[in-house]
Amino acid sequence: MSTIKLHNKKNWKRILFGMKLTDGIAYKFVLYALLIVIGFVYLYPLLHMLTYSFKSLQDLLDPTINVLPSSFYLDNYINAFQVLEYGPLLVETLIVTLVPAILQTLVASLIGYGFARFQFPLKKVWFALLLATYMIPPQVTMIPRYVLFFNLGILETVFSIIIPATFGQGIASAIFVLIFYQFYVMIPKSLDEAAQIDGATRWMIYTKVAIPLSLPSYLTAFLFSFVWYWNETYIMRLFLGNGGETLLIRLNNFVSAYNAILGAGNDYANEAIRMAATLLIIAPLIVSYFILQRLFIEGIDRSGITGE
Amino acid sequence: MKTPIIKKPNPIHIFFVKKMNLLTNKQRESLTGYAFISIWIVGFLFLTMIPLIESFIYSLNRITIVGGEGIRLTMVGFANYINLFTTDLTFLSRLQDFVLEMILFVPVMNILAIMIAILLNRQFKFRGFFRAIFFLPVIITSGPVIAELLRQGAGTIPSIAESGFLDVLSDLLPDFLNAPLQSLFSQIIFMLWFSGVQVVLYLAGLQKLDQSMYEAAQIDGANVWESFWKITLPSLRPMIVVSSIYTIVTLATFANNPIILWISTVMFNPNFGYGYAAALAWVYFLVIALMLLIATRLISPKEKTYRVVKELEKYKR
Repeated sequence: MSTIKLHNKKNWKRILFGMKLTDGIAYKFVLYALLIVIGFVYLYPLLHMLTYSFKSLQDLLDPTINVLPSSFYLDNYINAFQVLEYGPLLVETLIVTLVPAILQTLVASLIGYGFARFQFPLKKVWFALLLATYMIPPQVTMIPRYVLFFNLGILETVFSIIIPATFGQGIASAIFVLIFYQFYVMIPKSLDEAAQIDGATRWMIYTKVAIPLSLPSYLTAFLFSFVWYWNETYIMRLFLGNGGETLLIRLNNFVSAYNAILGAGNDYANEAIRMAATLLIIAPLIVSYFILQRLFIEGIDRSGITGE
Repeated sequence: MKTPIIKKPNPIHIFFVKKMNLLTNKQRESLTGYAFISIWIVGFLFLTMIPLIESFIYSLNRITIVGGEGIRLTMVGFANYINLFTTDLTFLSRLQDFVLEMILFVPVMNILAIMIAILLNRQFKFRGFFRAIFFLPVIITSGPVIAELLRQGAGTIPSIAESGFLDVLSDLLPDFLNAPLQSLFSQIIFMLWFSGVQVVLYLAGLQKLDQSMYEAAQIDGANVWESFWKITLPSLRPMIVVSSIYTIVTLATFANNPIILWISTVMFNPNFGYGYAAALAWVYFLVIALMLLIATRLISPKEKTYRVVKELEKYKR
């Protein structure tokens, strides 16, 4: 009798705590609880944004309405859409983000290939300088660049964004060069040699062998490049000036834009409308993230800064 | 039928081919290598190196904008720097806050990132889903979005703010610790939001660790806690360095950073001007460089611990 009881007790313990630490319900419970709590903290601002964006003015003022809005009030989105001039500004934003992102990716691949496949004098020095450019805050070089672009007459045009990207000095260019460098270092040399024996020039090897192999790297570099250009406001505002606006710059000046477009008199840009505007702006990013999520995350591994 | 196009050999091309044929293999390789990176070298010289020097020269000048035709420099020596350290209280106090915040934020963010990475490294269902959530903020954080969220008070979990926990803390602690701690708790979400990349870095590091090392340690009687301190953490060291550098650079150059906002305010203020802004930017740059140096020195692998890891790696082969 007593032995059975003991056995039962043990069994119960085993289910709860498992044979090792890592099986058993208690462990699973703690693990999932932690993950859900941390996940909630991560998503909290987004959830806040989402629930707020559907609140009407009455809901905002009503103290009994705490978290969830009383009804799905879509006027906020309509107003925000109008104030942001979403259609035309989206096109403009895409021009100043996609073009530099594509150019930066192509050039980063070229530079990365150069560093990865060739031995040349001072290579280490150049590579160290490349990494150092990542650590220089843009504020240091910004003013001279501003003057340079002014003298070249490209200030307040798209070219003031495109030119640094083309010469590998764009936003976080060094990281993208590093992504490609890590990839090209791993391609076996014998592949090059085989192509060389068949009479290929170095350039042909790059275009016919290296580029097709590195398409995934192209995609991750492009995605990150695009996202960072999209999210950049400081450089955009300085260099584009009156010559262009992006969605995020408009978000920064949302209140004045709201007053200018919808009139200040009877209505004001309340929190709900601003949240709707914020959501509209990050929506393209979130959509592309959830479609291409793996590429984004594996891109970090691919950069090789995880230590090979 | 299409006739194949026969390219006439270009005389310049022939010239280069002939020249190339005169070189040794090694020289040829160097030249091609330089050809590949030449676009970066040009960009680096004209868009980074020269601007860097110019901005230093600017910082030694008082700069006035001459309408329509550019700028005029008046040499003032180190006056901008002296002014900055003696009169610019806004900059100094913001710089002090920034340094204190970094001392607090960088370790806390790294610890949080390591903890989350360890959680994610376990085997469980929906792993990809949780990983995706923890990385999501990297995609959407930008100056204006963060500013909007902070304005709405979405940066803190309301229950932390309402629990009175912070009031208790502020009674217990001295003032100089209090301010950064307050900002720590009020910005906990954003610290998590800024550690998405770090989590993925650590996760990649953890996945490269050999499980047999843990088994060997277990046989020798080490428990989970001991293996964490003796195996996991030392092996993650290089990643801690990288992720600290990343954290410092990201936070320092983020568009909402008070110092960066101050630099841009100063830049377009006729009382200060470009020269003064350049001096600020240089001081800021040096502070960041110093912080990066200290961080890497503090964390980078010490001989002893590193040797243990290397030793263990030898056994696993």
